[in-house]
Order: sequence, then C-alpha cells, then structure tokens
Amino acid sequence: MIRSEILREIAPILRDQLVVCNIGIPSQELHAIDDQPSNFYMLGTMGLASSIGLGLALAQPKPVIVIDGDGSVLTNLGTLPTIANNVANNYILMIIDNGSYGSTGDQPTYTGKKTSLAGMAREAGCENVVEVQDVDTGPALQAALDGGQMTVLVVKCDSGNAKMPVITMDPVVIRDRFMKAVEA
Amino acid sequence: MNIDKKITDDLVANGISFVTTVPCKQLAGVIDEIDRRNEIYHIPSNKEDEGMGLCAGAFMGGQRPAIIMQNTAIGVTINTLATLIQYYRMPLPMIISYRGELREPVACQVEMAVHTKALLAQMAIPTYHFHKQADVEELDNILKYTFMCNKPVAVLTDANFWGGYGDQ
Repeated sequence: MIRSEILREIAPILRDQLVVCNIGIPSQELHAIDDQPSNFYMLGTMGLASSIGLGLALAQPKPVIVIDGDGSVLTNLGTLPTIANNVANNYILMIIDNGSYGSTGDQPTYTGKKTSLAGMAREAGCENVVEVQDVDTGPALQAALDGGQMTVLVVKCDSGNAKMPVITMDPVVIRDRFMKAVEA
Repeated sequence: MNIDKKITDDLVANGISFVTTVPCKQLAGVIDEIDRRNEIYHIPSNKEDEGMGLCAGAFMGGQRPAIIMQNTAIGVTINTLATLIQYYRMPLPMIISYRGELREPVACQVEMAVHTKALLAQMAIPTYHFHKQADVEELDNILKYTFMCNKPVAVLTDANFWGGYGDQ
C-alpha cells in the first residue's frame, strides 16, 4: 500500500481526533480524502509535525495523532528524546515510513536502507514503540488510541503519492478552525 | 534585583505556562528559576526549531508558550519563524541570550551577533535589546504586546545586562 491508501483506510478513525499532519503531499492527501476542522495541515516547516503534536498533547487532554513521515522525522531526530522524556499518554506519533522523500520525487531516505526509526525511537527512550506493515495500520492505530499510552507507531509501506490538489486554505483559517476543534 | 526571578515572575504573571529552552550560560539562572516554578511546564529542546514547534502546539492547545535560547538560534529558526509562527499568526516571546556583544570573551560569538538584529529586522520581528539591568522593567509590557499582536517578538539580553562573564 502507498500512503494515500493507508490514509483512506484510517480516515474513519482519524475523523473524530485531533490530527497534526506532515507537510507536503501527506497533508494534501488527507485534505482531499477527508478534510476536517480537527486536522492541522502543515503548509511548510519540514520536520516539526511531531513537535507541534507533542506541544499540543502536553497542553490539553484530548488525544493527538501526528501523521509524520520517515524523511521528516530524520530531519528532526532530536524530537525522539524529547518525546521519550516528556510522556504524554494522549500522544500518538504515527510515522508513515515509505523509505522515501515523497513530496520531492521519491528520493530514497536512509530508513529504506540500514536505519530503523522504531529502533531509534526505542533507544531514545520511547517505551511503547510498535512497527507494523501497511495493511495492519487501522487496528494498530485503534489499539494505540484505546491503550491510552504514548505510542510511536511506525508503518512500513510502499513509496508513492496520489495526485491531489495543493491546499489553498489560508493558514490562519486552518489554525483558527483547528483551535476551535481543540476547544470543542 | 534578581533578574532571573524578575523574568520568571513576569512570565508567570502573563499566564505563560509552557517554556522551552536551549541553554546558554547567561541563561542558566533563569532556566533554573523556571524549573522551580510549578506554574510552568519546562520542556528542554534539542534544537530551537524543534522548540518552536513545541510552542506552536502548546499555543493551539490553549497555553501561552515562550522560548528561551541563544541568538545563534536565529540562524537555525528563520524558516520556522516564517512558515510556522508568522504564517499561522502565533504569538511567541523569544528571550534570547545576545552573545557576541560588549564584554563577550569568545570571538566566534561576534560572527552571529553582527547579523542578529539585521536578520530580525529582515523578518519584521519586533525586537527589544536589554543592555542594562533596569531594561528588564519593560519585559511585562513586551509580553503583553506579544500576545496582543500574535507575533514572534525578540528580547535580546546581552552580557552587560547579565553582569558580564566574571573572570573569563
């Protein structure tokens, strides 16, 4: 499966949750598949989805699901120790690991070679790290939500992108409606 | 006056409850003071752009954030300031150790100091420079201003403000 097929499958789980979505094609895909006010789309700033989501999870009690990518986590690796040492049990970091920089032309990342993000998360001190194959994403995500424990979920899948339109919504509108969803 | 305590008191009085830090020795005292306050969740960052991401999330979660860092971090965070904090219109007080100014013993620190104000000006970031201890009296108003206008605001605090580097 490629990322957009996974997102389509888990859209019913994501719909009722606060979601922070990674820059580029992941946000475009989620926006096209099931736009919700409770989705925070990153329009720029590669690498910070996991950090934004952690700040949000620490600041309020609702569950937060971060949809991140292997390339983006690699660009902000310092996030893993920060996550491990600031436990928020309403935080789920789901890394769609397709071993490539999808938004820039599917250039390979190191996770498609020797590097294991699940291993790095564990060694950073994250206590609840789960690695699954694409077809098992839905049940694994639901289990993480039901478990009520901070979870790093690494989803191994194929490289590739669906052709979706660019998000043209104003960033302040994205932020404002998201904050209203947080408060609701 | 205890500057560390005064800065922390002003943060608390302005409802700031989420503070991320990347240390500088000038900032060691204020970071210790923040650690002692129950009103503030202190989350050290590994890099300042990561810290700004944490602050953005905390703000959207209903808390008032702040970041404490060194001016070298302006070089690290330009993209994050432009495409996250400014683009989504979020408030972010930045209490910045202004290394490389008068009384600086480390020559390399001057190399970023000479660019610091120019970069902040280029980014249209409101910038205040604390050079004397009494300048700290403005912090309360600067924090109010930051959350009034929903912008990142820089407070540069130089070695003279902190009382120099002792014997170094």
